[in-house]
This record gives sequence, C-alpha cells and structure tokens, in this order.
Amino acid sequence: MAKRIDVSDLDIYYGNFKAVEGVNISIEPRSITALIGPSGCGKSTFLRSLNRMHEVIPGARVEGKVVIDGQDLYGAGVDPVDVRRQIGMVFQRPNPFPTMSIYDNVVAGVRLNSTKMKKSAMDDLVERSLKGANLWNEVKDRLNRPGSGLSGGQQQRLCIARAIAVEPEVLLMDEPCSALDPISTLAIEDLMTELKERFTIVIVTHNMQQAARVSTSTGFFNLNGVGQPGRLIEFNPTEKIFSNPEEKATEDYISGRFG
Amino acid sequence: MTATKAPTEPPAQRTVRRPGDRIFAGAARGSGIFILLVLAGVAAFLISEAIPALTAASSEIPDGKGLGPYIGPLVLGTLLGAVIALLVATPLAVGIALFITYYAPRRIAATMGYVIDLLAAIPSVVYGFWGLAVLAPKLVPFHAWAADHLGFLPFFAGPASASGRTMLTVGIVLGVMILPIISAISREVFSQAPALHREAALALGATRWEMIKMAVLPYGKSGVIAGSMLGLGRALGETMAVAIILSGGAGATVNLISNSNPSTIASNIALRFPEATGIGVNTLIASGLALFLITLAVNMLARWIVNRRADFSGAN
Repeated sequence: MAKRIDVSDLDIYYGNFKAVEGVNISIEPRSITALIGPSGCGKSTFLRSLNRMHEVIPGARVEGKVVIDGQDLYGAGVDPVDVRRQIGMVFQRPNPFPTMSIYDNVVAGVRLNSTKMKKSAMDDLVERSLKGANLWNEVKDRLNRPGSGLSGGQQQRLCIARAIAVEPEVLLMDEPCSALDPISTLAIEDLMTELKERFTIVIVTHNMQQAARVSTSTGFFNLNGVGQPGRLIEFNPTEKIFSNPEEKATEDYISGRFG
Repeated sequence: MTATKAPTEPPAQRTVRRPGDRIFAGAARGSGIFILLVLAGVAAFLISEAIPALTAASSEIPDGKGLGPYIGPLVLGTLLGAVIALLVATPLAVGIALFITYYAPRRIAATMGYVIDLLAAIPSVVYGFWGLAVLAPKLVPFHAWAADHLGFLPFFAGPASASGRTMLTVGIVLGVMILPIISAISREVFSQAPALHREAALALGATRWEMIKMAVLPYGKSGVIAGSMLGLGRALGETMAVAIILSGGAGATVNLISNSNPSTIASNIALRFPEATGIGVNTLIASGLALFLITLAVNMLARWIVNRRADFSGAN
C-alpha cells in the first residue's frame, strides 16, 4: 500500500513565474516527511505537485519527474484524476462537503470510483475509516447529520477519514493543524503516528515542534529573495536537522535566527 | 419574607445613541414597513374589487357560465405556459451558467455573460413579435410531427396548428425570456462555490463534472431554485408576448399544439379590460387575484424547498 516517492530535478511554474526550482528528494514508504520553511518558499506548491493538484490553477505547470514506485506521475498519458485517487490530500482548513452527511462525506471518494458496494460493506468502510481517524466514538450516533456541524478538529479528522477511506498510497497534508487548537492538534499528531504504519505521509507545517515530534525526515525549503524560486535547502533525518543540520540556513531557521 | 420590597430599579444605563445609527435604523425600518403596506394595499384592493364578482350570479359573469368556468381555463393557460417555459429554460440556464463559470475560457465567458444579460434587456413586446413572425412558422413542422408521433399524450393530441400560434410556442418564447434571469442568478451562485470544497473534490480524484456534482451544484441548488422562481414569476405575469402570439379564449384544454388554446390571466386582462364594464371589471380583477395567489403559492413553495435542508446548505 505505502509507496516510495522519488522526485528528480523538479521545477514548478505559475505561468512564467518559477516558484520552485531543482527539487531532488526521495521519500521512504511508511514514513512521515515534514516540509518546513518560511512562508512563500514553495513547500505547499511542492506538496500540491505530488498529486497534481498544482495544475488546477490556470497556467500552472511542472518540469521534471515525480516517480511513485516506478510510475512517472507526469508521464505522457497519465490522467491526473487517477493520480489523485492514489494520493490523498488533507488541506489547511477542514473542508468536509457541507451538503453531505458525515457518512456521505466519508464515502465520497469511494463513490467516485463508481464501484457498486453493498450497504453493509459501505457501513463497514465508514466505521473502519472513522475509527482510523479516531473519530468514530464521537460521531457514531449522528452519522446522518451534516459534517459541518462538527468542531474544527473533528471536521479535520473527518477529512482524514475521507482521505483514507479510498486507501490511498500516499497521504499529503498541507498544514493540517494550523486552524486547530492544541488539543485537536495533538489528536491529529497521534493519528499521524498511527497512520504511518499504513501510508506514506508528507506534511507541510509551520510548527517546528510538530515537525520534530511526528516526522522521520525533514526537508527545509528556503528562497533567496522575493521573486526568486524556492529551493530545497536540506533534506535529512529529523533528528539530524534539529540537532546538527548540515546547512547554516537550516540552523538559522530552526533556531529562530532567520533572515 | 412577608413584605417584599419592590426591587430597586437598577440605575438606568445611558447608552450612547448616535444620530447616524438612529437615522439608518429608522430608514431601514420604514422601508420594511413600506413594502408590507404596499403588499397589503394591493391585496386589499384585489379582494375588495373582486368581491362583487365572487358574489354575483353565474349569468352576470361574462360568458354567462359563472366565475369558476371563466377563471379556470385562464389559470390553466397561465400555468401551462409558465411550466413549459420553466422546463425549457431551467436546464438550459444551468448549463449556460456552468459553461460560463467552469468550462469556457475566461474571455469567452465574460462576453457570453454580457450577451445573456442583454437578452434580459429586450422588451417583451419584441419577444412577442419574434415569436409570432419567426418562431411560430418555424415550429409548424414540429407541431405536425408531435401530432403524428406523440399524439397518444394529451398534450399533443392535435390537430396540429397550421399557424404555430399555440401554447407550445408561447411556452418556448416565455422560456427564452426567462433564460437570462435564471442563468444570471445561477452563474452568480456557481461562481461562489467555495474553492475549499472544489479542491476537496478534485483531491479525491473527481473529474471536473464530478467536482461540479459534489461541490458546485449542491452549493448552488438554492440559488438555482430562487432564480427559477423569479423566472416563473415573470412567466406567470407576462402579458404582451402572450397576447401577441396566442389567439386564446378556448376552454380548458391541455392540448398544446392545436389552434384552440386557453388564454392566460395577464393577457386576458390586457385584452379585455378596455371594453369591460360593470361586473366584467370585477371579474377581471378576480382573475388578477387568482394570479396573485398563484404567485404567492409559488414563492412560498420555493422558500419551503430552499429551507427544507437548511442544515445541509453550507451556510452554517
């Protein structure tokens, strides 16, 4: 299920503007990789290029290779819709579909795959996914209520349940805790550690403690100045990044001497 | 505690009341009351003027058959034309709105938006002449075809009109008239569907159509209904276009393609009012009251549909 991701010489553009330049990275299966760096350095852009969500924005494109277990995501004839079905994503702000019930939110992705499922199998899947997202006990009595009635942290866990219900190979998380309080954040971090057993997780975060707590490897993105493309400065095991980084820029950033 | 002392008044809180606030609150409240008064006035006028017709003997009503048989066919004609218009216009308008918001290149989308809005600015009398001079002759072959092949349905029982001046033509003209209203409102709500939810659908592996189905249509549904009801209101009340195209006056029939059609309330009032006298005027006003009630019912129905699943509307 979990897959490794190899990125080589990836450049990402918005129209003529080069937002990210020359990324080379290898992400191990069943690991959590954190991407840190200042705002505007391209880490979210890079994350979105991993499931081709980047190109939803008009004029956006990439050059280079993203290979997941031997398959080039940007190869000729690869359908971005198929890519996104294999690589799930959780966004910065919780975004359950407001017109759907909790139940329907969880199975939204499965229904897209248009395989007819028995009601009982569907019920099992909902229970399994919600349990996987540590949300089952809180919502099992109100599965038919709208997802928008939940608290922010619950909504975000609902979004995680929705993403893992389709059994993706990789789970991308774009600052999943930045809109949540510390208790909900902790719940999501615990959940990530559990999900690591089954999925390859890549998370963008502004919270360096979070990166240090949950991730196995950390990538530091930076940019030289406004209008310059962002670059991957350093990619190493999290322990090394936070104790003995190779690059001066990384050390400056994580110790707060930035700029 | 036998003698309870009156609780001492808390010291009156002197809140600052700024004049701008008071003027604005007064103006807003005044506007709100004004619209209610206007509505109540219209209703009172219609009811008081309709009473003589409601109480008159059947023989006094024009045509001599009583109020029910007089208004009934008009109500039927009004509803028939408006429902055809809605059936023609709503799917088309939703398609146009989706094309403009999610499929067309930006430049084409902007131009199309203007063209559609322009349709709304054409006076209804022009639509009437267009329907009479252009559309009706063009639809004659279709009338004949429908009579031959769909004749088993009461709507297409025939005999097919040779002039094309039928309820079907009227409905289609009305549909074109209300198209810009529905598509303008649909376009507006579709374009406001949150990017957050659209991206959620795409990230799950939705195609563009599936994204629209999951994130755009549910969000825009109440807007589409509201737009349709506005359009329906215009179609129900449309006078000139119907009066020009339709030679009404036949009794109640749902046959859409023959030469004998029921008229509509609004066009009947417009055509007959100049020559009406006495109880005839009251009868026409009574038919106006019926139109008023139909419109009211339609709007309440739309409200109810929109509110039914308010929890799931995404507004919370």
